[in-house]
Amino acid sequence: MASVEERPIGYGRLLRKEDPRLVRGKGHFVDDIQLPGMLHGAVLRSPLAHARVVSIDTSAALQHPKVHAVITGKDLEAQKLAWIPTLSGDVQNVLATDKVRFQGQEVAFVVADDRYSARDALELIDVEYEPLAPVVNARTALDPLAPVIRDDIEGKTNNHIFDWESGDAAATEAVFAGADVVVEQEMLYPRVHPAPMETCGSVASFDAVDGKLTLWCTTQAPHAHRTLYALVAGLPEHKIRVIAPDIGGGFGNKVPIYPGYVCSVVAAIVTGRPVKWMEDRTENLTSTGFARDYHMKGEVAATKQGKILAVRVKVLADHGAFNATAQPTKYPAGFFHIFTGSYDIEAAHCAVTGVYTNKAPGGVAYACSFRVTEAVYLVERMIDVLAAKLDVDPAKLRMDNLIQPEQFPYENKTGWTYDSGDYPAALKMAMERAGYDELRAEQAAKRANGELMGIGLSFFTETVGAGPRKDMDIAGLGMADGSELRVHPTGKAVLSISVKTQGQGHETTFAQIVAEELGIPPEDIDVVHGDTDITPFGLGTYGSRSTPVSGAAAAIVARKVRDKARLIAAAMLEASAADLEWEKGRWFVKGDPEQAATIQEIAMAAHGSMELPEGVEGALEAQTVYNPTNLTFPFGAYICVVDIDPGTGHVKVRRFIAVDDCGTRINPMIIEGQVHGGLADGVGMALMQIIAFDEEGNCLGGSFMDYLIPTALEVPDWETGFTVTPSPHHPIGAKGIGESATVGSPPAIVNAIVDALKPYGVGHIDMPCTPARVWAAMQGRAEPPQ
Amino acid sequence: MQVTMTVNDDEVTREIEPRLLLVHFLRDHLGLTGTHWGCDTSNCGTCVVLMDGEPVKSCTVLAAMAGGHRVATVESMERDGVLDPVQQGFIEEHGLQCGFCTPGMMLTARALLDRNPDPTEHEIREAISGQICRCTGYATIVRSIRWAAEHPASGSTAEEVTV
Repeated sequence: MASVEERPIGYGRLLRKEDPRLVRGKGHFVDDIQLPGMLHGAVLRSPLAHARVVSIDTSAALQHPKVHAVITGKDLEAQKLAWIPTLSGDVQNVLATDKVRFQGQEVAFVVADDRYSARDALELIDVEYEPLAPVVNARTALDPLAPVIRDDIEGKTNNHIFDWESGDAAATEAVFAGADVVVEQEMLYPRVHPAPMETCGSVASFDAVDGKLTLWCTTQAPHAHRTLYALVAGLPEHKIRVIAPDIGGGFGNKVPIYPGYVCSVVAAIVTGRPVKWMEDRTENLTSTGFARDYHMKGEVAATKQGKILAVRVKVLADHGAFNATAQPTKYPAGFFHIFTGSYDIEAAHCAVTGVYTNKAPGGVAYACSFRVTEAVYLVERMIDVLAAKLDVDPAKLRMDNLIQPEQFPYENKTGWTYDSGDYPAALKMAMERAGYDELRAEQAAKRANGELMGIGLSFFTETVGAGPRKDMDIAGLGMADGSELRVHPTGKAVLSISVKTQGQGHETTFAQIVAEELGIPPEDIDVVHGDTDITPFGLGTYGSRSTPVSGAAAAIVARKVRDKARLIAAAMLEASAADLEWEKGRWFVKGDPEQAATIQEIAMAAHGSMELPEGVEGALEAQTVYNPTNLTFPFGAYICVVDIDPGTGHVKVRRFIAVDDCGTRINPMIIEGQVHGGLADGVGMALMQIIAFDEEGNCLGGSFMDYLIPTALEVPDWETGFTVTPSPHHPIGAKGIGESATVGSPPAIVNAIVDALKPYGVGHIDMPCTPARVWAAMQGRAEPPQ
Repeated sequence: MQVTMTVNDDEVTREIEPRLLLVHFLRDHLGLTGTHWGCDTSNCGTCVVLMDGEPVKSCTVLAAMAGGHRVATVESMERDGVLDPVQQGFIEEHGLQCGFCTPGMMLTARALLDRNPDPTEHEIREAISGQICRCTGYATIVRSIRWAAEHPASGSTAEEVTV
């Protein structure tokens, strides 16, 4: 056990402040909240993917002795709450009014004494539906004869949402026309769901006397939620308090505002009593934010010597029934235009078309850094397709085309400015860790024996930390983050931040950032977050943005405190502020280190009776809002080794080597944990996880019986390494790490599988690479799922 | 109906509906919210508690079926202000992130170590393979349980771990 002396004051391996309560079962999750008189809500959901709602009869449910209220779309229409804006400029039905548009859509909300009775009463609601033909396949959604899903939008005659492009189409075409070698590959990044262990839910409490709404909610973005409730429901913003208590995993699933939250609020106002709503697992998997569902066609142009010249992509994006992706307004395809990857190329172009289908809305959730996941998968699969065509080693092809260290800051062909990196060093380290040449030799020997072993690589570049407010907003809210720091008279400090941990360890990491800047031990710093009444405004935790944006705010606010401490120290030491020098934890007189004031002594003086210098107010505190000048660009080199059973098609991930660079490293233990979790995600997506639908639009992944998630037996012991290339524009050089491994690992695994199946002439296989799908590929029958 | 069982060494008797699940009995009736709930299908293991020393998924046990049995939840692991080595191991080796699956994982680990004090990595992975963690990728959970195996008499007081 670490003793006090071993604990770092600043960066380093520090055990987490969160853990003592969580290992005792003393966390405070939403479903743990019990309020006097609290009622329980349950949602009635559509069994059909597409149908007209003819009538809803709630009379029998209302007669249930334990039922207090039943709310339908008609009731919400009267309050103008039947439809709410999504985070993408569309609208979403809170409770169905005209039609249901996906299986699992919210139709009615029952409020009862307890959770069992609420669900009993759902059975008593009689809904008459007139079934309509569903649009399930994105590829046929734009067919002129396809049923129009969104006939609620005036004048809408098709299922088209948007067209968006990036890069230079003409320049790219010119490069392709003159290239020695062109490869193309269609691929699907299937629909998956983040499935945090805690499902979504809320507890709403409305004080009718002072008009204050308190909403405990599973939200990654409490401030954004508060503002949107104010704008949508017309509640005054200062009378709304959103509290995100302990959150049992988010991964993007807990960014949007879901109908259940809104219903709990309405029910609390209608009944005058607190109302809890917790969805069950099926509701979580079938109705809340899914991810991906990108149908992509990639093309790469290259010289016959293996110089990559251009990349071109066409995407059909399945957004489900409502366009409810959570991403910056100007970027309907998120940051997909980072698909040029880690390579120095001459031209690039992508065109993305979004369509409606009769599936659950969402579309960006799941540790994806705003569709960087899809972009990295596309380019890293394409590199392997090109390597196969050229018959060169995929590691060599990557090494030969990587952006070089001296090219940073690097302007890519779709408008990004990569901040910093040493890509060859990371790839080299990964190859050394893996024993790449030995692995290739082992593979050759095994192939000669008919054994299927595969080695797959990926080299990813992420763009995270959204983002500069002039370019990036969510529903009109600029993507900046605030921070406030108060140092109490005895030198203990409280840092308030706008972001919210869902397991990332903010209470520890952010205390370390302040500790590094001020020299106050991390155990003396409390980090307050997740409560809009007591924290500054900011956009929340998703897209790996906490450290790049809010972490910067924490460092800057600590520096402001340090600057003020300098003025006070000068008065204490009767010296000029200009003559003072900072050493972690104290200001001292240059040339006379004994003449010093510690930050704790300065804190007491700031609150004490000493006359402060002119213009210096009492107390030792500061606030700031950090507006990033650019995003940060974490990167990494991954190598995966798989063995495939030729008799069953079963894939075993034998080894996984991950070298990550997230810039300055604050707490290596937490960073490693973030990487590990993402790698397991990658195994899940590559091998097991898919939210599929049948022809009627029935969800086939609606429980953990069908939506398979890796356990400890499906994943190896991870082999991690790191390089450090600080971000030059970030106050502490940190880049963000939360999603790197989820982004980077799937292509490495699929590349390894395709590599293993080379003797069978397999050039591509779509995820998830289940035994059945691998077996089909071995028989020459690889097809996209569903 | 009336049910009587021993929960964390205390005998409790409550009037319940026959259909009440053990997980809801513990959480809603006894206020022991350290036991979490994560799926409806016995797949995720978030709700694992020990019944007569064996891990069971409390979302698939009726409270009535636990009548007459000894149930132990995460709240019982700390004894006289000293953490169970498993709890300490999870802190030391970063075996948790969001903490939602953690109580179930730790109780399974406790049961494993009680019958096999020195498990191999594979034995640990097998023992927790009925439980899902979405945050950690499992390697640090394995390390945490190994830490507990290597420090059987460890544990710490509440004060010492409050960093």
